[in-house]
Amino acid sequence: MSVFWNVWIIGLTLICLALVLWVLLANRKVAVRDDQDPENRTTGHVYDGIEEYDNPLPLWWFKLFILTMVFSAIYLILYPGLGSFKGIWGWTSANELKADQDRGREQYAESYERFMAMPIEELVHDQSAMKMGLRLFANNCAVCHGADGGGNFGIPNLTDNDWLYGGSPETIQTTITHGRGGNMPAWGPLLGEEKVSQVSHFVRQISGQEHDADLALAGKAVFTQNCVACHGADGKGSKDVGAPNLTDSTWLYSGSLEGITHSVRNGLANKMPAQKDLLRQEKIHVLAAYVYSLSFDYGE
Amino acid sequence: MKNHDLVEKNIGLMLVLVVVAISFGGLVEIVPQLYLDETTKPVAGLKPLPALELEGRDIYIREGCSVCHTQMVRPLRAEVERYGHYSVAGESVYEHPFLWGSKRTGPDLARVGQRYSDNWHKAHLYNPRNVVPKSNMPAFPWLFDNKLDGKYTGAKMKALRAVGVPYTDEDIAGAEEAVKGVAEIDALVAYLQQLGVLLTHKR
Repeated sequence: MSVFWNVWIIGLTLICLALVLWVLLANRKVAVRDDQDPENRTTGHVYDGIEEYDNPLPLWWFKLFILTMVFSAIYLILYPGLGSFKGIWGWTSANELKADQDRGREQYAESYERFMAMPIEELVHDQSAMKMGLRLFANNCAVCHGADGGGNFGIPNLTDNDWLYGGSPETIQTTITHGRGGNMPAWGPLLGEEKVSQVSHFVRQISGQEHDADLALAGKAVFTQNCVACHGADGKGSKDVGAPNLTDSTWLYSGSLEGITHSVRNGLANKMPAQKDLLRQEKIHVLAAYVYSLSFDYGE
Repeated sequence: MKNHDLVEKNIGLMLVLVVVAISFGGLVEIVPQLYLDETTKPVAGLKPLPALELEGRDIYIREGCSVCHTQMVRPLRAEVERYGHYSVAGESVYEHPFLWGSKRTGPDLARVGQRYSDNWHKAHLYNPRNVVPKSNMPAFPWLFDNKLDGKYTGAKMKALRAVGVPYTDEDIAGAEEAVKGVAEIDALVAYLQQLGVLLTHKR
């Protein structure tokens, strides 16, 4: 803060306080004292024959006012208020926040230390860790994956055993830490509407759903040429690139003919945001254990 | 007091004194903020919103998002735990008007950027109940149909430049082209995805 603003703030604050004090004191005494003219203690104002008594300020009110002045003086000495003077307590909101956070960290340090020493496979049996995981999940994951982890349209269900990138504890931890980005190109412009329709019927066929056999047969060739790189020759997907298994009944998007056609034609882009800059490692560790536990029944 | 008469019988003088009496607070608490580095210098990396994000911001204002969503993370542990780094003045220097809000019916959005996927935002804005079953947020399906024409985007940038946002002539010249024909939903999501990403804090 420059000298000018420093002087500006300090000067105006003190002038304001001095003026307030002056107005208070200057109005405290009555103009005509009792002993001078006890019968005529008025201000001298007369309006329509109504006179105004010249009474002093009520004592309780006057004392309260003095108290607020004392309070402001003490406040300005202890806390920042007078320009760049930090106050003798050196209080800042950032320091207060840090103290609060440090207290919180200290409170949980022991638990987290214990959790970090346990591998995720063990952590899922620790009730207090799972309770903590539930809270962390509710605060950070539930908005997309649902409070129960059941997922949504385009957002994976975490409670089943079907994983896009793998469901091992390490993989789950990697997914949370670094995020994931799934991408399927839009095949409509590349293949044309006819081939999109054929390959969609083929996908209906390998997932055991109602389909047109002729179209599916033609679609098989299209699939072999274009889709196997990610979804595999058998259509069972690849966990390396997060390509879903197309032969089961789990659908991240829609498994209807219309839905599959839409996905093939327009492509898909999905993203799980990386948490590494948002959550500390020990929280990710506990979260990974909680997510891992969701797909198994560990009931104690 | 004898001078009472003078003030009470002279309304002009009284007005002057009233103005003097009530102006101290503003002079001390507001005026210096207009000139201090802490409140007028942008945080590192802050840039004026590109055309699409700027239009998204105006949709945010038009739909009244700031009525229910604040953009102000206070320096309190509970808030920093939930949302991330507390908001600082330097993040808002290009905001005219700022959208800090004053009431949270929904969560704070100051650090919502990159926290959810674009797809999630779209699904959520189309109908919040589709992704958050108990949400009481209104649906905004028309954002998917409405297209931007960009007619006023350049003019908006010019107006913002007049109040100190450093848009370049190229920004303004290319503004209409950059947003023309884009669906409003894409502009709004682009705006949301850049909110508060400059400051991070590991919780």
